[in-house]
Amino acid sequence: MAKYDKRRINELIDGTLEFYQLKDMMTSHKDPERFEVYREVLQDRVSWDDPILLPYGLHLYIVQKANGDRIVKCDCGHEFCGYKDNWKLHARIYVRDTEEKMNEIYPKLMSPDPEWQVIREYYCPGCASQLDVEAVPPWYPIVLDFEPDIDTFYNEWLKKPLPTVKA
Amino acid sequence: MAKTLSDVQQTKQPIGWDGKTLKQMRKEMDEVSRETGHYAGLKTLPFKETDPIRFEKIYSKLRGGVVHARETAKKVAASPIVEQEGELCFSLYTPEADSIVTSTGIIIHVGTMGAAIKFMIENDYEDNPGIADKDIFCNNDNHVGNVHTCDVHTLVPIFWEGEVVGWAGGVTHVIDTGASAPGSMPMGPVQRYDDGYQVTCRKIGQNDTLSKDWILESTRSVRAVKYWTLDEKTRIAGCHMIRDLVLDLIKEEGVDAYKQFMREIIEDGRRGFVNQVKTMLVPGKYRQSSFVDVPFKDLDLPSFAKLNSIIHTPSEITVHKDAQLEIDFEGANRWGWHPFNATPVSITSGIWVMLSQTLVPNDRINDGAYYASKFGIPYGSWFNPDDIRSAHSNTWHALVAAWSPLWRGLSRSYFSRGYLEEVNAGNAHTSNWLMGGGYDQYGQLSAMNSFETSSCGVGASAVQDGISHSAALWNPEGDMGDMEIWELLEPLIFLGRQILPGSGGAGKYRGGNGWQSLRLGWGAQEWTMFVAGSGVMATDGGLMGGYPAAAGYRFQANKTNIKERIEKGLPIPLGGDVDPDNPTFEDNMEAEVIHRDRQAVSTQEQFGDYDVIMNYLRGGPGFGDPLERDPKLVENDLNEKYILLRYAEQVFGCVFTEEKGVYTLDVKGTQEKRKEIRKQRLERSVPTKEWMKGERTKILNEDAALQVRHMYAQSFALSEKFTDEFKGFWDIPEEWMIYEDDLGVPTLGAHINRFKQSKKISN
Repeated sequence: MAKYDKRRINELIDGTLEFYQLKDMMTSHKDPERFEVYREVLQDRVSWDDPILLPYGLHLYIVQKANGDRIVKCDCGHEFCGYKDNWKLHARIYVRDTEEKMNEIYPKLMSPDPEWQVIREYYCPGCASQLDVEAVPPWYPIVLDFEPDIDTFYNEWLKKPLPTVKA
Repeated sequence: MAKTLSDVQQTKQPIGWDGKTLKQMRKEMDEVSRETGHYAGLKTLPFKETDPIRFEKIYSKLRGGVVHARETAKKVAASPIVEQEGELCFSLYTPEADSIVTSTGIIIHVGTMGAAIKFMIENDYEDNPGIADKDIFCNNDNHVGNVHTCDVHTLVPIFWEGEVVGWAGGVTHVIDTGASAPGSMPMGPVQRYDDGYQVTCRKIGQNDTLSKDWILESTRSVRAVKYWTLDEKTRIAGCHMIRDLVLDLIKEEGVDAYKQFMREIIEDGRRGFVNQVKTMLVPGKYRQSSFVDVPFKDLDLPSFAKLNSIIHTPSEITVHKDAQLEIDFEGANRWGWHPFNATPVSITSGIWVMLSQTLVPNDRINDGAYYASKFGIPYGSWFNPDDIRSAHSNTWHALVAAWSPLWRGLSRSYFSRGYLEEVNAGNAHTSNWLMGGGYDQYGQLSAMNSFETSSCGVGASAVQDGISHSAALWNPEGDMGDMEIWELLEPLIFLGRQILPGSGGAGKYRGGNGWQSLRLGWGAQEWTMFVAGSGVMATDGGLMGGYPAAAGYRFQANKTNIKERIEKGLPIPLGGDVDPDNPTFEDNMEAEVIHRDRQAVSTQEQFGDYDVIMNYLRGGPGFGDPLERDPKLVENDLNEKYILLRYAEQVFGCVFTEEKGVYTLDVKGTQEKRKEIRKQRLERSVPTKEWMKGERTKILNEDAALQVRHMYAQSFALSEKFTDEFKGFWDIPEEWMIYEDDLGVPTLGAHINRFKQSKKISN
């Protein structure tokens, strides 16, 4: 069974591993300790102290607050909302709904036709990172794309205690 | 001695185990598996646990033998689709049609061939036409559960001492099935009756010999007869190799051991799948959607099919506490008069193709995983039509779009658990399909479907770019094939193959790029061509800040002056159309007709010598914010022509100096530009909730293109849940609704409608 240390996981996150190393990670049986090591590496990287419960997306984390809330937070420190709410509703949005706006991203004829489909870009209000892009027809609801069952994950699958706020 | 009544009646003996019929066996297997939650009720695996080496030895022999059968049999074929691209697959089944082991190749057919055998069992083939040792059956009927008409199955029962101990199945993707247009995935069919020659689980041979009436009828029903005939020999050869393999194994191990093995290996597959779910995923819900265009308004089709529409496929993955994987497609819209419809078996089997490349990347692909999962497939939707008239010949157009978001859902899990190496932003819309037919350069009635499509761009991962021009979801061993081979087989000369800059979605890691080939008509007579691909819509979404791959378009020129230009030594179009904002093809030729547009699906048009047509193979979606891409990688992309300069600057925020066509990164300028773009993002964007107010007003005013309103009207008519969620999200009043009947578009075949009393249609 493979096992990777923090240094290897840091390199994985940074995208600096060679392909043969990645291939080895892909073809080996998965290391059961990965989540714990990964969570600790990410916790070391952020500037704030809220315990990370679950990495939620590039830059985004579900963190534990002292008052018991679990919220979606960007690594820049911006706090969006409770994790059962849709963070995109608390982001900033830019919609590419004309040929001209589409042509800023794609050559002519290679973008969606805005009459059929628009591109929605969601930015973090804190750091302006582009956190998600949707390609949907006009009117499409903004879908809550990930609703993790954190308690089952820790208590029944990992059989580990949830990270808690340090007193 | 007097004969008894039963002697006189010559009652057929059941061919199942212990005096049962296959139908009884199927029924009992379903019941015990459902009641116990274990395949065949196996709560323990006594064979595997007491003699694991022998158990694994049997598995290895079967797996190796089935792969070997595929590799050997494909050499029988002449079709480039089979011989060059490997579009074939073999599988071994239990007597009740559960898959035990399968080969490499187009493994979607693990399910479809199983569906065909189940169809025969359900329809009492045991009594009539009878199932006997050395029989040969054929199926390609879409409504039995096939993917599309061109996937032709050969099915052979395996007998041991009068009992069926299993089935061998083989499938090849044939070049032509005699549809209303040539090629294996033709554009033009809008009903089942246009889809071509469909064979419904027919007995086509006995005593290992094909019937003459079958050979005559089938070869008179399709174009490209040579390929059809050799494909059939390929499938029979592979099935017979598998039959011999099983019989030899039984001689060595004993039939009781083989019977026990086949039950345990499937239960083992089920357990392995559950274990993988717990290892790789996070329990919870994952939601996503896909869309693909059906731009049929201006095509030469029956009036009821002439409309622009959108195939809508929302999906919700639930990873349950007990690790059951459930995928519900509630909200999907209606089937239509186009060849992009599918069957439930084809979408679920295709999901297994996908899962075998991500969640369960091992060789134990059998029906065990099927027993560990659950699917919600709305009746009346495009992948569960309520009318046998639906056409399916190009079902991949919709299937590959529907699967792409599932990668995103699973990838959110991988990302959360730290398995970043498994993240994949989605799959390319595996198109264009370049097809045609007529009398080829050898004077033979023929057809073509270029399988260059099997080398599209791959979606980006969380740690590296997607691989460019390399693969297709439906065949993990995709290969674009050699130009020289295609030119031998198709009446089209290559004017080049070239990477298409910007076709992969931008991102911190970009999607694999697609590419283009340009083909010149040469040597055919009465030949027609057409294209089929996504056009006005992106069929994937990008992941975590990455952009979708580029959409498709069409380029074709008829009646050109290329012959004269060659004679005069003048330049002609060569290579790819690398920057459609500044096209060059038209500068190097004149033509009476030029199609340069978003109409990426077309119907047959005559195609002569010196006519030109482009094949655009799509890219994959990107991952992460493009402003976070390592600028040195952007520099490399620019110099290797994977992106155009203006997009390196405005999308990736990089600044370069240029000397003799080589670009060098300006590090400081790049830092400043990226900072400036971030500032612009905040200036041009608005809080989402503020934007929603304006969008809500547009909805209330029904301000959207007809095809968009039509898509919602169809999903509303089929799904109360989708309607409630839509209205709830936008806070839309109760009385607001869009009905298909009010849109002034054809509604023929729209039977299921929760706003009307349902009208029963008998299939």
